[in-house]
Amino acid sequence: MDSTQPSSITNQPLSVPTMADYMAKGESPEILFWVGCSGSFDDRAKKITKAIVKILNHANVKFAVLGTEESCTGDPAKRAGNEFLFQMQAMNNITVLNGYEVKKIVTGCPHCFNTLKNEYPALGGNYEVVHHTQLLQDLLNTGRIKIEGGDFKGKKITFHDPCYLGRANDVYEAPRSVMINLDAELVEMKRSKANGFCCGAGGAQMFKEAEKGNKEVNIERSEEALATNPDVIAVGCPFCNTMMTDGVKHFNKEQQVKVLDVAELIAQAKDL
Amino acid sequence: MDQHPLRQTPVSKTLMVSSIIFIALLLAGGGLFLFNANKIRRNILLGKDIDRKDNFSERMKTMILVAFGQKKMFTRPVPALLHLFLYVAFVITQIELIEIVIDGIAGTHRVFRPSLGGFYTFMVSLIEVLSVLAFIGTIFFLARRNLLKVPRLVHNDLTGWPKLDANYILLGEITLICFIFMMNGADEVLYARGASHAENLGDGSLGLAISSHIGPMLFGGMSDTGLHIVERIGWWGHIMMVFGFLNYLVLSKHLHILLAFPNTFYSNLKPKGEFTNMASVTNEVKAIFDPSFTPPPADPNVPMRFGAKDVTDLTWKQLLDAYTCTECGRCTSSCPANTTGKLLSPRKIMMSTRDRLEEVGKNMDANKGEFKDDGKALLGDYITPEELWACTSCNACVQECPVNIDPLSIIVEMRRYMVMEQSAAPTELNGMFTNIENNGAPWQFAQADRLNWKNE
Repeated sequence: MDSTQPSSITNQPLSVPTMADYMAKGESPEILFWVGCSGSFDDRAKKITKAIVKILNHANVKFAVLGTEESCTGDPAKRAGNEFLFQMQAMNNITVLNGYEVKKIVTGCPHCFNTLKNEYPALGGNYEVVHHTQLLQDLLNTGRIKIEGGDFKGKKITFHDPCYLGRANDVYEAPRSVMINLDAELVEMKRSKANGFCCGAGGAQMFKEAEKGNKEVNIERSEEALATNPDVIAVGCPFCNTMMTDGVKHFNKEQQVKVLDVAELIAQAKDL
Repeated sequence: MDQHPLRQTPVSKTLMVSSIIFIALLLAGGGLFLFNANKIRRNILLGKDIDRKDNFSERMKTMILVAFGQKKMFTRPVPALLHLFLYVAFVITQIELIEIVIDGIAGTHRVFRPSLGGFYTFMVSLIEVLSVLAFIGTIFFLARRNLLKVPRLVHNDLTGWPKLDANYILLGEITLICFIFMMNGADEVLYARGASHAENLGDGSLGLAISSHIGPMLFGGMSDTGLHIVERIGWWGHIMMVFGFLNYLVLSKHLHILLAFPNTFYSNLKPKGEFTNMASVTNEVKAIFDPSFTPPPADPNVPMRFGAKDVTDLTWKQLLDAYTCTECGRCTSSCPANTTGKLLSPRKIMMSTRDRLEEVGKNMDANKGEFKDDGKALLGDYITPEELWACTSCNACVQECPVNIDPLSIIVEMRRYMVMEQSAAPTELNGMFTNIENNGAPWQFAQADRLNWKNE
């Protein structure tokens, strides 16, 4: 545990106010946390959501969620070619977001991040959108959270770039600069950053069987990640998390190698 | 020294005949090229309009870095260096081509030499050095395709014509370089002997970096007449190869040497993750949300269709992409679907688009400029749904392309057609759509349960 931190902070109940709560008080938060469908419903991804909330609570960030007013951004529909459904979702969400006069959004998922940031403006939704690794970078840079080593000191970590954070939006440094604070050994896979290799879930593949081939994409990628002999495969996307976790299991390495989101690394390092 | 036999014939008559032949070749070669190039332009403009005229300075910058500066090539340094040899040799040789054209028309010989002097020797020497490097590059390229069998260059996208096409151009390159050294090498010996057919013989050897050495070595033992014949074969061979190359370009995959420039200029400057928002859909959705909304009148000339079934449903930029593709396969070798054995190959998407567009163009040529329905389409006859559904939209192909081609945008347009016009999405995806429609999530969870995680 980080000795500089009062022990009372740990295992506190999560404080997760909604936009409606803020509005009732006549206030507005500094940032909206867009949880996303995975973060809301997927058992593994919910842990990432909680890690993000713990960090936000710890750093005293005035944030809110939409809660039951949040709905799918429409990303998987759009990538699958259902533009009509995407725009219906977008218009509905924009109505809600603009109703609350939202200015800044942090997402727990690069797909939500990309869609909100790039595809909503033309439909009337203009917000400053950041991925949670960018917010973490900002909190660390401004001293709102501090990390000195922690659980991952000396551990070997390799980061898998999510396509929709990396190539799609050229964000490569934020997750890496956050993890530097862990005093861990960061190793790169053979294909990383702009040359990063997809986990296999994007473009709505998450929701269907793969086409016939000779290998699953996530097996190929997990093999490459495991070749770096990591203690942790770090990810920044709930879909990548699922794919890489399955891949690690495929090679029977789940005891030795953990697949963790960057937010979970930070929360664990701070023993939150 | 003996008077050269060619000089015994009346100079003006020889020159006139060769000049007339040259001018005829120039007009025929140039004219045929322009005729075919114009057809390609027409085919590209069959595409739908898209605005890529904004942000001129950013576009120039992209073109200078990516096309002129070959920025993206250098992620793979070995082929990048070899390609650079060919590219720089090709660009610099164009300067010498100006002299060749003037000599050909006016019947002069090395017309720039007297006025440029030492600079002339430097420039032609530079071209010679680059030609040797290009020669080495070409040999390596042939070896990579035919001996080393680099996977992306022997991929099954390239069976038949594409494979021959690639080898023809490399063999042509070697022939061209041989002609250059026949021309310069023989001329070096002639100049040294004071026997060149140039009017201004002057000061002995040309002093070219490579030819002044290999010329005497290869041709030193030949008679003046023999040398003149070799020199002329080199000169005419060179220019014939140039005309031939120009006209081969428009029939082959090599248009990238010209189209890389406009294609990078008109690049997508937005983040790669941003897919276009379809305006036609926006109008319908707005009408649902706001009954008083009146959509702008549709263009009566554009058939109303969501997504792309055929090449004419794509934008002119996507069609320009198809003509610009030189089939290098960097996209396919980085594609997660292709490298795990799926049918999808982004390179093949581009090749199919071009093949279909060529077919549409030929159809129009045969029917007085009007396209007659041939019962075929890009979707189904050239690209199958299985290919399109294997894409993870990861943008690796877009990232890799050295000339900023965007295969992903074509895949998405065709998915849009399959989903919105044919309702032909894979069953699981239809389930996902229904879930989003009903629950606001791609899985079967109620929107009312969205915050349950807080208390779990």
